[in-house]
Amino acid sequence: MAITVPRPKLTWSERLYLPAIAAGMAITLRHLKDMLLGRTRVTMQYPEQKWDAQLPEHYRGAPALVKDEAGRIRCVACQLCEFICPPRAIKIEPGEIPAKDRFSKVEKYPREFDIDMIRCIFCGMCEEVCPEQAIFLRKDYAITGLTRAEMVHNKEKLLEIGGVIHGVVLKWNEKK
Amino acid sequence: MAENLPLVNVQIDGVWHQFPKGTRVIEACAQVGVYIPRYCYHPKLSSPGNCRMCLIEMGLPRMGPDRKFELGADGKPVINWMPRPQICCAQDVAEGIGVRTSSPVVEECRRGVMEFLLINHPLDCPICDQAGECRLQEFSVDYGRADSRFLENKVKKPKRVQIGPRVTLDDERCILCSRCIRFCQEIAKDDVLGFTERGGHTILTAHPDKPLENNYSLNTVDICPVGALTSSHFRFEMRVWFLKETKSICTSCATGCNTLVGSREDVVYRQTPRENVAVNSVWMCDYGRLNFEYLTSPERLLEPEVFSGNKLQPSDWKTVISHTAWQLRHFTGWDIAIVASGRMTNEELWLTARLAQQLNVSLIDIIPRKGEGDDILLSQDRNPNTNGAKIILGLEGKTGTNLTAIAASVAEGRTKALVVLGEDPTQFGITIEQLKRLPSFITMNILRNTATAHATSVLPSAAYAEKRGSMINGRGRLQRLNRAVRPPGQAREDWEILRDLLQELTGSNGLGSIEDVFRQMAESIPPLAGLSLSKIGDLGVKIMATPENTNTPLPPGEPTDEEIFERPPLHASK
Repeated sequence: MAITVPRPKLTWSERLYLPAIAAGMAITLRHLKDMLLGRTRVTMQYPEQKWDAQLPEHYRGAPALVKDEAGRIRCVACQLCEFICPPRAIKIEPGEIPAKDRFSKVEKYPREFDIDMIRCIFCGMCEEVCPEQAIFLRKDYAITGLTRAEMVHNKEKLLEIGGVIHGVVLKWNEKK
Repeated sequence: MAENLPLVNVQIDGVWHQFPKGTRVIEACAQVGVYIPRYCYHPKLSSPGNCRMCLIEMGLPRMGPDRKFELGADGKPVINWMPRPQICCAQDVAEGIGVRTSSPVVEECRRGVMEFLLINHPLDCPICDQAGECRLQEFSVDYGRADSRFLENKVKKPKRVQIGPRVTLDDERCILCSRCIRFCQEIAKDDVLGFTERGGHTILTAHPDKPLENNYSLNTVDICPVGALTSSHFRFEMRVWFLKETKSICTSCATGCNTLVGSREDVVYRQTPRENVAVNSVWMCDYGRLNFEYLTSPERLLEPEVFSGNKLQPSDWKTVISHTAWQLRHFTGWDIAIVASGRMTNEELWLTARLAQQLNVSLIDIIPRKGEGDDILLSQDRNPNTNGAKIILGLEGKTGTNLTAIAASVAEGRTKALVVLGEDPTQFGITIEQLKRLPSFITMNILRNTATAHATSVLPSAAYAEKRGSMINGRGRLQRLNRAVRPPGQAREDWEILRDLLQELTGSNGLGSIEDVFRQMAESIPPLAGLSLSKIGDLGVKIMATPENTNTPLPPGEPTDEEIFERPPLHASK
């Protein structure tokens, strides 16, 4: 169904256009005055200036693996993030923790953990699905590289970005 | 048999149905589409009724003073409902009984049973190989609690126990259903598992001197409803939800157990049995189940090779096929001998027979392959398709009778061209020296062997999980192979190689797909008449009487071939 949009009825002064031009010129002159007084703050000079301090708490940057307070990689290679990842950026190769190891109760760890940052879309599904609180989206956003291989974050790189996070998953404690 | 038994009337959730006498109530409910949650019950094993998950409300028909059923307004018996719930896995149907499968009492019972089962269960699903196909997970979604009310410490039990060479046990995950114990007693006849300790500390253990090492041990992993028993081979290899499951058959012996091949991105990770009461019930042996490692062997032939410039060198398929055909054109009849394989599919064997016919070859045979069998599933005949080879290549009686003649002919130099398909010619008395002297030695194989290096043509072919086709098992059942993964490198499906070779020798033959090959084969081989690859179906078709001297056993606890054949359609006798 066609809708007829009513044209606004312009007043005499509006049809003259001159007041509108004058108002626009006033804004331009105000900017000119700010610039001359050095008060302009319109453009941030990235990358010399960065806004990292202003990043919001929920900012989703590069995904990373974290260690717990005891220094154990929290990831147990359940591969749920690999399953949920919409662009299939994650590739995990599970391994078995030897029976004599300090963390032998956990039994399983990621031998390899690769995230292809060319594919990653920073959606945060991996963080949301993780039952172990092992993968978090950190605030790193400047992911660059000169080759495709450089853009694949391996386990070491992911742990370097991730650091240590004190979590609430306590099920691997001996007493639990 | 069940079909001769009288039918009884049973009311399930308010609707009256008829079932043959002797049907378990849990099965009767399943037949009308109500799946009762269960852990300890397994249709192929006895019912101890110890998990209590299948509790239902049941009632008996009310009897009048004349010992006859009192009938209600609808003309059906009035049911006296019992005040306490019953387990339906150990209960047979009876005339006039009633069942309620989803009343508030039943739901409450299931929630209670689930809470008890989960009290000591370690919530380690992220590292458990059963996750994704775990009954405890599934029913916990239906009847579990979001949080635990259990404040005490959980009972500690042994973890990561090797109870056999192929099975790993985690006692904390065990819910004491005893399926594995009953399997070992009733099917494998190797009573090595049992419960020890008492109460909440009860654990599953293997006999201290007898580990769980029988050839059927991995079936306990299949039937374990939780992650207590896991396969040491598959442990931590791949999560089950990534696996693509392809219906196929095992080709490690003449039984041809029906399988699901679990693969992801062209790698096979595991094989599990698929139910077929006429072949393998729901079981398969460990030997066949784990016999897929060679698919990724470093000895795989990846490139076609041809002898030129005084040495064997890699080439492309077109060159190799035309060079192979050129070699064969030099000879006819008694100059050529063909050794096929009992591991080839019917389609491949038929193309081999066509090739032999075209070249006028009469020295043709397969190599028999014998091993120790048992009376559960494993056949002494380790060739999966001996019967197919007999029918299609026209080998009367025993296989392998021409092999001595072929070896002698090669030794005396009468054979100028030797074609070996999927076998190693040194296995039947041909020496490497003799192979080196042959003007033409054409071999099609999956893996490199001692003879391959002395061939004039090497044709890399596909393993059973990489191709389609059909085979006839030891009891005369035609079954289908399906392709789970792609062949590696330049290896091709065997039938395509043989088709191209035949085409090079005879000109176009109209064989574009494996369906075409089967169609042409069915026209010339009487037992296959009227069949097509799709008509074989997932469970196969019995196409010939069970051979008298078959050493392929019947699956344990299942009716014989003849009983299955003669079974009338369900409810026909009503």
